[in-house]
Amino acid sequence: MASFVRITLDDRVYLAEEGAQLVAAAKECGVYIPTLCNYPGIPPKGACRICTVLVNGIPHTACTTKVVEDMNVVTTTPELEAFRTSIVEILLAEGNHFCPICERSGNCELQALAYRYRVPVSSFPYLFPTRDVEAWHPKLIKDHNRCIQCKRCIRGIHNAKGQAIFAFGKRGDKVVINIDRETSRDISDELAQQAMDICPVGAILRKGKGFDTPIGRRTYDHAPIGSEVAP
Amino acid sequence: MTASAHPTIQSVIARYAGDATRLMDILIDIQEALGCLTHETTAAIAKELKVPQVTVEQTVSFYHFFAREPRGAFVVYLNNSVVAQFHGGEEVATAFEAAAGCRFGEVSADGVVGLFHTACIGMSDQEPAALINGQVFPSLTPDKARALVAGMRAGRTLEDLKGRDYGDGQNAHPLVRALVHNHIRRRGLTVFADYHPGEALAKVTGLSSGEVIAEIKLASVRGRGGAGFPTGMKWEFARRAAGETKYIFCNADEGEPGTFKDRVILTERPQMVFEGMAMAAYAVGAQQGILYVRNEYHYLRDYLEDVLAEMRAQHLLGEAICGVAGFTFDISIQYGAGAYVCGEESALIESAEGKRGEPRDRPPFPVEKGYLQKPTVVNNVETLCSAVQVMLKGPHWYNRLGTEQSKGTKVLCVSGDCERPGIYEVEWGFSVNDILALAGATAVQAVQVGGPSGACIGPEEFERVLAYEDLATGGSFIVIGPQRDLLKDVVLNFTRFFRAESCGSCVPCRALTGMAQVVLERIIDGKGTAEDVERLPSWQAIMRYNRCGLGQTALNPITSTINNFRSLYDGRLARGNPRFVPSFDLAAAVQDYEAAVGAGKD
Ligand SMILES: Cc1cc2nc3c(=O)[nH]c(=O)nc-3n(C[C@H](O)[C@H](O)[C@H](O)COP(=O)(O)O)c2cc1C
Ligand code: SF4
Ligand code: SF4
Ligand code: FES
Repeated sequence: MASFVRITLDDRVYLAEEGAQLVAAAKECGVYIPTLCNYPGIPPKGACRICTVLVNGIPHTACTTKVVEDMNVVTTTPELEAFRTSIVEILLAEGNHFCPICERSGNCELQALAYRYRVPVSSFPYLFPTRDVEAWHPKLIKDHNRCIQCKRCIRGIHNAKGQAIFAFGKRGDKVVINIDRETSRDISDELAQQAMDICPVGAILRKGKGFDTPIGRRTYDHAPIGSEVAP
Repeated sequence: MTASAHPTIQSVIARYAGDATRLMDILIDIQEALGCLTHETTAAIAKELKVPQVTVEQTVSFYHFFAREPRGAFVVYLNNSVVAQFHGGEEVATAFEAAAGCRFGEVSADGVVGLFHTACIGMSDQEPAALINGQVFPSLTPDKARALVAGMRAGRTLEDLKGRDYGDGQNAHPLVRALVHNHIRRRGLTVFADYHPGEALAKVTGLSSGEVIAEIKLASVRGRGGAGFPTGMKWEFARRAAGETKYIFCNADEGEPGTFKDRVILTERPQMVFEGMAMAAYAVGAQQGILYVRNEYHYLRDYLEDVLAEMRAQHLLGEAICGVAGFTFDISIQYGAGAYVCGEESALIESAEGKRGEPRDRPPFPVEKGYLQKPTVVNNVETLCSAVQVMLKGPHWYNRLGTEQSKGTKVLCVSGDCERPGIYEVEWGFSVNDILALAGATAVQAVQVGGPSGACIGPEEFERVLAYEDLATGGSFIVIGPQRDLLKDVVLNFTRFFRAESCGSCVPCRALTGMAQVVLERIIDGKGTAEDVERLPSWQAIMRYNRCGLGQTALNPITSTINNFRSLYDGRLARGNPRFVPSFDLAAAVQDYEAAVGAGKD
């Protein structure tokens, strides 16, 4: 039996399920905490840091924090919002993101957050890295230019035998996502679609797929990201 | 990969019972046998271990010392740390290149010599130094570099190249035979005081585990690895944590540039370190210990194994330690493979589990869920030594040493521009000036206290004291003379270091280190603006939300020098004008064009 405990979110008291992920619990309470590397149903990894909130005054990533009784959470302050804006800006300057030609445009979480935080252009030094587009896989395309290294694919996608398909290579600003030739060999179309869907940006694409949804009907065409939680 | 490689891979994996959590050991052993870990090799390893190849690649490609292609019969890893550069590292590098006939990052055409750079190898008191096939060659000069390459080409063996000019103390032990020197300049009352193995354990086993922890708490022992966490509290948490299986880790990763104390302690006081681990095991209720040692200290392996064997024979390790039925504890050694971040305790645990050294999200902390998800204590080498002396001489004795909030002694690693670089064990509370005087540093521009992640201070702060409450340090103390270009020789080197050593998980740490380097290089090149100098410190507010200490402190070299040496930045700005703000002068930019087309005349 799940037990419910009192927690405070931005000075308001709520009941939340003890042990639940703070991001999910806040969502239940109608409080939006922005996320990027988090994906419901897979183990969290505090990689993007955008969900950072203050728990009893101390910064914690809300995706890796569990609800405990009487926790006092501040989800938004001018500093936290400035930090979140910076994360979006840093990501835009770190990779090569050309939204107008991207299959994911309009359905991309990074782009949506850029709109939400009103980032028309990054104020950080653009690095213009040289990165590959891999198309050897029969069903998948990996565009490294757009990868934000959130590890959602690593954590969330496994083949029918439960084996990992994606993994990190290297470290630091050289990290890349590698696709395993053996374990990805016979993936179904459904799994390929799941891989594309789990990616928050347009870094994993299905071959022969793209620009399916007309402009005007894409996920973030009408309302900004987060409005599904708190209008 | 040749067909004959397969039996090697199989036998190594069999040695570790096909256990994928032992991947680091497996990779180190296979590389030792085959010279490198190619894509074919990782495919074979993956097959044997029944894990995806990308998973093996994920570990292999994380660590600096794993080679993906042959790196030459003699692999030279020359240190390019700040201190190595102070002492002529550049000239030594040039001499190596000229003699070998290849550049750094390459292997000579005849395949004999491979030249590679590496970060601080823990020899800051005898730089420039290089690791050649795992052996340390300290105090190099261009002449020595040329002679070494000539020797390699002449077919001499590694032992022969090394010669017999072994260092002092146990460096000359038959199982060590290293050219390394200890340079212990000041023996203090804790680590380098008189010591007889087994006395502390004999005392401890007469007490209850709670009593042992109480003594450590009463002494206010704090961690010497940098963070200063109270040791007694850590042991208490682990003791209270649920579960029967618990682990004690000793952190000997020692990657903070300018630090080399753990190397000297492991050379001269290994019994004390192991005894400290056994004491911790007694207090916590752990059965297994792991000493995680950086790969740079691989040359100590046989010696440390021998010490462990001896301690087992003396019933200081193994079953029924000190004759106490049920007190069973043994220690194994885990080597790293070149990654500074693995010194962070949760990355260290990940690495020991055979994975890439990526710090974990906390909570849970290692004392709750550590190695293999079991409660784990991670302590620094020196912390464990301090605990041993506390148990021998009592918390009250210990409390008399040091300052209000920092009890006991600290082993300092002094390097850089001074007469007597080396190890100084002092009580907490010595001032920077005291240390400079001991080390014979007369002309000093700045001191980097606590390594790159610490602070860079100028003479007006030299009366400050070394203590957790003032200038905290894990040991690194780098003296920077007036002849050094602080921004180029020090700050840029440190910034590059953090960039290269970030695990790459957190967005700010992964990306901002590189962006900061871009801006810093611009300033050093005389192309920076006042805006650049303003905005670098503002990035610190972003970096503080990184997951681990590496990212949280990676901009410290820049921010602390902007704070303390602002004029060095301002003096280099474009047009030499600190008020210069870039703006685009359209008329000036199109002047040639206008002249050519005759525009703008009417
Ligand atoms: C990037 C990074 C590197 C670290 N390197 C070391 C190290 O080489 N040795 C060490 O003892 N602690 C190191 N630490 C601190 C450890 O995380 C941990 O706090 C320490 O081992 C705990 O032992 P102590 O309490 O005895 O100091 C490092 C921390 C960070 C963030
Ligand atoms: S490919 Fe997509 S899901 Fe995977 S790490 Fe990159 S951005 Fe994240
Ligand atoms: S701060 Fe840097 S090194 Fe630490 S976990 Fe994050 S990315 Fe890795
Ligand atoms: S969503 Fe929590 S760190 Fe990325």
